[in-house]
Amino acid sequence: MTATVPTAGAVPAAGAVRAARVVPVPTRAGKRARSRRATVGVLVLRVLLALVFALPLLFLFVSSLKPDLRIFADLGSWRAFLPVGPLTLENYAGVFERVPFARFLLNSVGIAAVTVVLGLVVNSMAAFALSRLRWRGQQLVLTAIIATLIVPFETLALPLVWWVNKLPWLELNGFSLALTSGWLDTYRVQILPFVANAFSIYLFYQYFSSIPKDLDEAARMDGAGWFSIYRRVIMPLSGPAIATVAILTFLPAWNSYLWPLMVVQTEDLRPVMVGIQYFFQLNVSWGQIMAYASMITLPVLALFLAFQRSFISSIASSGVKG
Amino acid sequence: MVTPSSVAPGRVLATRPRRGLLHRGDRRATSGRSHEARTASWMVGPAGLLLTTFLVVPVGLAFALAFTNARLISPRPARFVGLDNFVNLSQDPVFWASLRNTLVFALVVVPVQAGLALGLALLVNAKVRGTTFFRTIYFVPVVTSMVVVSLLWRFLYQEDGLLNRLISIASFGHYTPIDWLNDPRTALGAIIVMSVWQAVGFHMLIWLSGLQTIPAELYEAGALDGATGWARFRWITWPSLVATRTFVLITITIAALSLFTQISVMTQGGPLDSTTTVVFMAVRTGYQQLATGYASAISLVFFVLVLVVAAVQRYLTREKV
Repeated sequence: MTATVPTAGAVPAAGAVRAARVVPVPTRAGKRARSRRATVGVLVLRVLLALVFALPLLFLFVSSLKPDLRIFADLGSWRAFLPVGPLTLENYAGVFERVPFARFLLNSVGIAAVTVVLGLVVNSMAAFALSRLRWRGQQLVLTAIIATLIVPFETLALPLVWWVNKLPWLELNGFSLALTSGWLDTYRVQILPFVANAFSIYLFYQYFSSIPKDLDEAARMDGAGWFSIYRRVIMPLSGPAIATVAILTFLPAWNSYLWPLMVVQTEDLRPVMVGIQYFFQLNVSWGQIMAYASMITLPVLALFLAFQRSFISSIASSGVKG
Repeated sequence: MVTPSSVAPGRVLATRPRRGLLHRGDRRATSGRSHEARTASWMVGPAGLLLTTFLVVPVGLAFALAFTNARLISPRPARFVGLDNFVNLSQDPVFWASLRNTLVFALVVVPVQAGLALGLALLVNAKVRGTTFFRTIYFVPVVTSMVVVSLLWRFLYQEDGLLNRLISIASFGHYTPIDWLNDPRTALGAIIVMSVWQAVGFHMLIWLSGLQTIPAELYEAGALDGATGWARFRWITWPSLVATRTFVLITITIAALSLFTQISVMTQGGPLDSTTTVVFMAVRTGYQQLATGYASAISLVFFVLVLVVAAVQRYLTREKV
């Protein structure tokens, strides 16, 4: 670094000053270069990782538009990830021939929607009573609910099948009520077990506890009953919690696979995930499988991209103080 | 409650009329409280009833049925068989294979997924342009159903599938394709890689929310002390993530131990039981072979396994003072 070498004959003090002033310059430049290198490194890493996460899904959507032979032919090159060559919708047509897709879709949408709506009402009411009202056994019930968080559904699935097969139900036949038994092969067996959820109650409870109590006291002064405080004061303030619970209830309801596999035999009651099995019977067409997989993925993906902000903050908030 | 009259006898006369008032006030308070309790009971009621029916009872049933020979569809009532199911289970090589596979899966997935997720979180934590974009991309597999992901990767893992083709190209042909899912040596590993790929974005977000609760002043104070890079992470970031860490570890562990969908869609437990898991075995026994009693015994073992692992983790990650 020539700039720092004092020239002969120069006043030493000035030289030292100049040196002191000059020295940091190359270091700062070096630092900047290093940080620029780091930024570039981070960017490259981010892009590579993005490819790792995005390419398989891109392959899925692209392949759904290609005939089977083309999918295999394109495997060895970048063409596998690009919608090039003869594109066709025949895989999608094939899906509709092979399975009652509209029916499956309707079932899944209906089951998920009812589960979400009932879940929002039931869990938020319970959380309200736990966080706002005072009653005997409150603490015990809260502890019990939180304790159930540790039980994975998979441990219950089998005894639950045996149990729902024995549960009674009131059936309305015209004008007469009949007591029937056995919940297998119904919509309710796909909905009711997933309505009440300890985690949803916990999320609502957390959120309600952050709303100042002065608000409901003011409402009480105005003569509001507990239910109308819940309905008109607390719930309207709980938008983020409602979004979180709705999303966290919707995803597993839409994705449910193990449970409907076990409890539903009738084709007309099946949800979309179980429908995938049809494609492995007889002649397997990967193009059709990709088309079906795309059709059951894209709606959720679209929802996610549209409500990305609340999706992401929901998931994030589910972890805070967990 | 101490009434004013008992404290100040001289004021008995004066307080008498007010006593009535006070009394009425008291009654209103108690009736208010019992009204509150009634409201609480019908508001908690539906959730309580549903949780009891679909959670508490099945847990109890798992315990009860495990000691019987109950079958899903059987004209004969279930009979108590003592420890028979557990004795059979201990002599069942498939059960031991399931247990081993489940534990191996969890032992690999928990640290790898938690670590990668933290790495990703640090990578997308910086407030640089494009961060939201990358965050979204990393998260996309999470909103894709595991059934779809398993199907897709089943295709990628085929002998003539995409993965083998890519490796073959990258190695200029010096590579004999592996049939990933049909080789007992690679099947479980292949499922591990795919599972981490699908779920890591979820825990990235959890870590991220933890990272964002760390006050900037801590980093500023650290910078004054010259903490950068690793030191900054080791002494500021990592200790601030205690609560997040526990949550991430426990949720990944429970999800890993519950491994089922991937197995059901990709390998059906094969080849040679190299990918069968405890939950997969329980479902196959209970659902395909209708042996509810035996399946309940497996579920019970699984339940105990989850409890023990969660308790051990809680103990290990407890806040040390």
